[in-house]
Amino acid sequence: MTTTVRSPGPLSRLRAGRSQQRRSADLHRPLWQTIVLTALVIASLLVFLVPIYWLFSGAVKSNADIYSWPLKWVPTSLHLDNFRSAWEAAPFDRFLINSLITTSVGTALEMVNAILCAYAFAFVHVRIKRVLFLFLIGSMMLPGHVTLIVNYITVGNLGWLNTYQGMILPGIGSAFAMFLLYQQMRTIDPEILQAAEVDGAGHLRRMVLIVVPMSWPMILTATLIVLVGKWNEYVWPLIVTSTASMRTLPIGLLFLRSQEGYTNWGALLAGTVIAAGPMLLLFFLAQRRIIGGMAAGALK
Amino acid sequence: MLPNLAAILVFSYWPAIYTIVLSFMDWDLVAPMPEWAGLQNYVDLFDDPDFWTIMLNTLVFTTVTVVGSLVGGVLLGSLLATKVPFTGMVRTFAFAPHMLPGAAVGMLWLFMFDPSFGLSRFLFNLVGADSPQWTTTSDWSLAAVTVAYLWQRLGFVTVIYYTAILDLPGDVLEAASLDGAHGLTMLRHMVLPLLSPITFFLSVTGVIAAAQAFDLISILTNGGPGISSSTLSWMIYEEAFQKFDIGKASSAATVLLVLLLVLTFVQVRFGEKKVTYAS
Repeated sequence: MTTTVRSPGPLSRLRAGRSQQRRSADLHRPLWQTIVLTALVIASLLVFLVPIYWLFSGAVKSNADIYSWPLKWVPTSLHLDNFRSAWEAAPFDRFLINSLITTSVGTALEMVNAILCAYAFAFVHVRIKRVLFLFLIGSMMLPGHVTLIVNYITVGNLGWLNTYQGMILPGIGSAFAMFLLYQQMRTIDPEILQAAEVDGAGHLRRMVLIVVPMSWPMILTATLIVLVGKWNEYVWPLIVTSTASMRTLPIGLLFLRSQEGYTNWGALLAGTVIAAGPMLLLFFLAQRRIIGGMAAGALK
Repeated sequence: MLPNLAAILVFSYWPAIYTIVLSFMDWDLVAPMPEWAGLQNYVDLFDDPDFWTIMLNTLVFTTVTVVGSLVGGVLLGSLLATKVPFTGMVRTFAFAPHMLPGAAVGMLWLFMFDPSFGLSRFLFNLVGADSPQWTTTSDWSLAAVTVAYLWQRLGFVTVIYYTAILDLPGDVLEAASLDGAHGLTMLRHMVLPLLSPITFFLSVTGVIAAAQAFDLISILTNGGPGISSSTLSWMIYEEAFQKFDIGKASSAATVLLVLLLVLTFVQVRFGEKKVTYAS
């Protein structure tokens, strides 16, 4: 965080480190060590892979498969009825729409906030800038769980309980994404901006036409991280919504959990796949970007 | 900048401060105004034996998950840094749970833990034992939440360590290995000290995250049976939004806030000294 040297981000380091390390590592390691290490790696792979496989395979197993013993590792047939029973047991289409709305609008608003704020910290002369910066970064140390009670009261006073604005607006303040973008924008050569200023471009033009395009990769990374966080949000939507039609997917899963002691595992696992699948897909598509961004937050 | 500052002020700082004020009040969210109660909420809280059980649960859960993920993470991170086959796959699948909704991870583990049809029965049968009733008995409920939480957190810590290890000054490590250091000696005397800033960061943020763990508890056990898997964060929710005792919930929230702030301060104050910075 305090380093002033413009170093390549963890994204490129991940890539660079890879080929470099592989060469030096393979040179002087006896075969038996490689075998032992590979065995350990495979064992740890199973720890993470098997539960995920268990979830996805369970979602397409028939009840006969789920409740059979010895357990069935491979479903005897592809049983997609579970998704229909989940859909019938609870208004999953509403959950899905609500999740999409709160996630997309919330992410867009937070990112606008983050970009404006990071730009101001990086390029606008403001007095007490340091204090304001610490004020924002310090909010990351405040346990969010402590703010639940008063935020609930505030949102209630505004008449926003069980509304989209009540679900979205308390979460649009940005510290982490702002910090990532600020780190990135600081590496932009101020002379480019000065040249634009001489040409008569105001702050807004300079931001939209120069800084945002130059920071685009980091903006994308931060957007993904923010988006994942919003989609996965649990406690706030749980508290602030009160009718089934306003619930989001993670909360909606509660509708499928045991009713009168009986759990329809097939439907529950199918519902879980609906809630988890999009994030898993997003992660597989953009894992380097997401991991790099999170590592950047930790390592700087 | 102003909209962001306003949002953070209204929805982060103000609630933290006003929660402290409410902790000296009595309110059920229905009465028009909170009533002044002085220190009574705190007296009630500290007199309540349940509160101390919950504090102990919080302490055990936080310690085990933070220490467990740090130890597991640095070992797994070093293993991945050896670049033997399949390490790329482990990196992907270890990190994946961190991307999933806590509610989904909770449901997944609820199924894993099912004593009749879950993988837990399979694993325990392998060693000739019956699966414990993970989520429905007080002896096991906190362990169930801890296992699920560790599973979700470990990959994140691992990948951060892994990235940091690749980032270590290669020349220093090479010099050490020419001097005959290797394997675990290398890890202990060279790598760990060089990683200490990361360990420091991960332990501060890890404590803050674990002390607020909520979704897994809510899905897996609802804090029960009884209060056997209740932590402070669960208690705040239960008192405020199920029993509508805002005063008691606020005083519990204030305890959590103060504990975390003090702990963060102590970690920063005394941790910094032990941290070795590479550059």
